[in-house]
Amino acid sequence: MEEIKEILKRYPDRRGALLPTLYIMQREYGWLSQEALQAAADALNLPPATVKGVATFYAMYRHKPMGRHLIQLCTNVACMIMGAERLVDLLKERYGLEPGGTTEDGRFSLVIMECIGACDRAPAMLVDTDFHADLNEQNLFEILEQYK
Amino acid sequence: MEIFLLKNIDNPESHRIQVYQQTGGYEQLKKALSMKPEDIIQEVKNSGLRGRGGAGFPTGMKWDFASRDPKLPKYLVCNADEGEPGTFKDRPILEKNPHLLIEGMVISAYALKAERGYIYLRGEYPHAKVVLEEAIREAYESGFLGQDILGSGFSFDLSVHQGAGAYICGEETALIDSLEGRRGQPRIKPPFPVNVGAWGMPTVVNNVETLSNLPLIIKIGAEEYKKIGNPECPGPKLYCVSGMVERPGVYELPMGTTLKEIIYEHCGGIKGGGQLKAVIPGGISTPVLTPDKIDVQMDFVSLPKVGSMLGSGAVMVFDESVCLVRVCWRAIRFFEHESCGKCTPCREGVGWMRTVLERIESGFGRKGDIELLQDIASNITGKTFCPLGDGAAGVVLNFIRNFPEEFDYHIQNKKCMVEA
Repeated sequence: MEEIKEILKRYPDRRGALLPTLYIMQREYGWLSQEALQAAADALNLPPATVKGVATFYAMYRHKPMGRHLIQLCTNVACMIMGAERLVDLLKERYGLEPGGTTEDGRFSLVIMECIGACDRAPAMLVDTDFHADLNEQNLFEILEQYK
Repeated sequence: MEIFLLKNIDNPESHRIQVYQQTGGYEQLKKALSMKPEDIIQEVKNSGLRGRGGAGFPTGMKWDFASRDPKLPKYLVCNADEGEPGTFKDRPILEKNPHLLIEGMVISAYALKAERGYIYLRGEYPHAKVVLEEAIREAYESGFLGQDILGSGFSFDLSVHQGAGAYICGEETALIDSLEGRRGQPRIKPPFPVNVGAWGMPTVVNNVETLSNLPLIIKIGAEEYKKIGNPECPGPKLYCVSGMVERPGVYELPMGTTLKEIIYEHCGGIKGGGQLKAVIPGGISTPVLTPDKIDVQMDFVSLPKVGSMLGSGAVMVFDESVCLVRVCWRAIRFFEHESCGKCTPCREGVGWMRTVLERIESGFGRKGDIELLQDIASNITGKTFCPLGDGAAGVVLNFIRNFPEEFDYHIQNKKCMVEA
């Protein structure tokens, strides 16, 4: 792939390109399936076990299929004291969505995050790559309704 | 004090190279390229700049070590992995003033004779990645990056390396492992990265805010720079304030501004006129302070005198409505999640502290749990490769030391003091 070739130019060896390559495979395959991990290993000529070992270390690589939209909601201290845990409960009530789970219709997946650096506007979340802050019980669903 | 690090950020186009150059951007790079690399290092040493990532190590000294190592190539890595809970100070630079960082990095790389640089950016900042990559493209186009920068003969390539959600990668040796495409687990020191870093080569890892100070030091010189803030550790400082204050946010103030001034003047005091109960001055790993300590100057030398640390300058403010046992539990749950698993005392001990805190918090605390927590914590402290385990143990010990009545109340009454 051309994209990986470009990335390889930035690093003195092939392994350096592993994290960005895993992101590319996650984008292409939707999650890091066995097939996606093998594709990363083949692209960089690395042992599959090495690739899997790295992929499973990091929280932002996905090891099961995800819904169409990924909600990454922070519940760390600053967000917690501003009511983030209530928002987790509401997601369960409204969508039947549990942390680490996906809605039955495959629309949303939820991952609980450890501080997304938006503590001044807590609680905050990422939906896919969009950042949303100053969340409350009302605007949470107004925002999420924009993601079909 | 004139605003420097956060200059222009109210301008919606502040991330563009044109806006940056219109207000004097990249002029300091031109000046630096006319200086000798060793003179820049000396200037940084004279300036008294100390690393803004948390440890406060003198930047000039770090650079001196790296520049004395004859091995080539050398690498310059910007640590943009601000994952310490409560910290969001680098975010406005990354998203709104990226050219300040790039200019700072090119100046630093020139001083260090490093021809390759990386910005290790946390995965949780996808917008910053887009902004930085566009800014890097603009800088290449204008000849501030790439081959033979501004005809100086010096070449420097820079790219963004996106992390993938691991707090431990903010620790510089874990960061280097992650940059090399490995699991981000800390290495034993020595050797230090300045001698044996990325791909075994001399590597300087500096925080975003640290590198962003370089254009200012070149502009006004070490003597003038030292007049900003506390002369023992001078310069402008980004304080990011969250929690129960009227106006949370990032504030650029002289290093050594008091905690009281930050909370009550800049942030407008406690939200809704409430009572201050506790404050964490430098991110979740730094020891919590009681309200009687807030006259302290927020810098590397003053905070240790009252038993805490400046850390990342992340001020977290708690009022009477907040249960500190719950805060402590949530902080330890974080450390448990982020422990990389390499050292047994941290991997196992932090999980045990979380278990005990969880039962206290949920009303099942037992007599002797406080002593048990203290025992586990003291068996972690000093027995791990990196400071993560120490940080977790310190959180538990300091919360118990400063607020014993809250823990006792929880255990005796099987419920929270705040709700009562």
